[in-house]
Amino acid sequence: MTIGIKKVARPREMSFPESLYLVEIVKGLGVTMGHMLSNIVRQEGIKTIEYPEVRREMPPRFRGCHRLMKREDGSPRCVACYCCATACPAKCITIVAGESPDPGVEKYPVRFDIDMLRCVFCGMCVEACPCDAIRMDTGWFTPPDDTREKLIFTIDTLLEK
Amino acid sequence: MTGPLFDIAVAVARIAVFFAFCFGLVVVMTWVERKGAAYIQDRRGPNRADIFGIRAWGLFHPLADALKFLFKEDFIPDNAHRLFYQMAPMFSLAPAILGIAIIPFGPDVTVMGRTIALQIADLNVGILYLFAVSGMTVYGVVLAGWASGSKYPLLGGLRSSAQMLSYEVSMGLSLLGVFMVFESVRLSQIVAGQGGLLFGVLPKWGVLVQPLGFILFLVAQYAEANRTPFDLPEGESELVAGYHTEYGSFKFSMFMMAEYLHMVVGAAVVATLFFGGRQVPYLGGAGFLFPGGFAVAVPPALVLLLRIGAFVAKVVFFAWLYVWVRWTIPRFRYDQVMRLGWKVMLPLSLLNIFATGLIMLLLKG
Repeated sequence: MTIGIKKVARPREMSFPESLYLVEIVKGLGVTMGHMLSNIVRQEGIKTIEYPEVRREMPPRFRGCHRLMKREDGSPRCVACYCCATACPAKCITIVAGESPDPGVEKYPVRFDIDMLRCVFCGMCVEACPCDAIRMDTGWFTPPDDTREKLIFTIDTLLEK
Repeated sequence: MTGPLFDIAVAVARIAVFFAFCFGLVVVMTWVERKGAAYIQDRRGPNRADIFGIRAWGLFHPLADALKFLFKEDFIPDNAHRLFYQMAPMFSLAPAILGIAIIPFGPDVTVMGRTIALQIADLNVGILYLFAVSGMTVYGVVLAGWASGSKYPLLGGLRSSAQMLSYEVSMGLSLLGVFMVFESVRLSQIVAGQGGLLFGVLPKWGVLVQPLGFILFLVAQYAEANRTPFDLPEGESELVAGYHTEYGSFKFSMFMMAEYLHMVVGAAVVATLFFGGRQVPYLGGAGFLFPGGFAVAVPPALVLLLRIGAFVAKVVFFAWLYVWVRWTIPRFRYDQVMRLGWKVMLPLSLLNIFATGLIMLLLKG
């Protein structure tokens, strides 16, 4: 036997009734009608998830929308160091720093906006953060909305998540 | 009402009602196509459009589609031939509408002492008129393909014209058997001829006296309507959208309407020629008369409703069959279409004519 030649199973020759296609087409119609009827009768059997009303269960380490962490007294953990904004490759984080009323803390973010339409969900901001103030563990990606403005998340929405 | 006024009123009413029926069915068919496709493919299909929060299984999607088409920009590409580009959708839609004219929708009804046929025009050329009119559809497709000034529409138009011309031949020949059996080309007489019984048991429907003719005609009709498995003039995977690639807004929707109207008229023609049109098996003017001599009396009003209902049901079934077949069978390759048309359909339809003539000669002789 010659080396490198492999016998491949070819489809068998069609019999005469099969080559007329008529019976085979009727069989095919039966298959599709079966699918349709079973899907009409058992709507819950359809695999489609009706996003956004129904949400898929994401794996626990899914890297999704951001949230800002709080200290025990409820103030944001963020010290407005700009590390995340610097690390961000999409330049989607806007921070405006202000002087903190707490004498032990130097700065706090007056504004902390994330443009979710520009974010690429790379997770660099989380890695860059020195005080674990930003996390991406909300388990969901950008929700659908009808204006661009609603998808620029401000500090209040980020803290609530 | 007096004579001529009554006639005009009847003519206008018939045209309005049958036109509305066909277009209503076209609208529903666009929904059926999408929803049926979805359920056949284990999806959910359109279910978002709502009116006051009522979604009704996506039934409002055709309305939303129509509004969207109406409000889109009416765009003409730079390379297009402006006159022909705008003529093409009209040439596509008009023949499809004209086909409605000769279809008998039900039995004769008597209104104010006058007999009215439920048919817009009972032409003595009958089905030949339909061939003449539907043959014009190819102009719309070729014009669209050529006038768009773009390569994909041109290829789609070329394919479509070759395909339609090839299948026109076997479509016409496959019906000759029907004309021979019922000895007429008038649709009203063909329907009347299908009211009888075959061997005293089976209804004398065209599909039972002309089974081969029925299959050939159905296949040729699918090819004429550019429906799957013969939809290669608009094969998405090869030609973007074929001859209507460069069309948008309402011009595109005219092509779509023409396609679905072809399905509806085609379904009506199949129902009329091969499934007895308005005829219900064993139902006569006074009631059911079954072969065993068993009779059930039915009031005349109910007979009328049953007959119109039978026709509508047959049309709806065959319109659904178009959708059903579309989502079952894959598309043919171009050479396969041509081989089927010229080497299989044409000889078989000639054989069908020969066999029909031979059997009729033997039975008469």
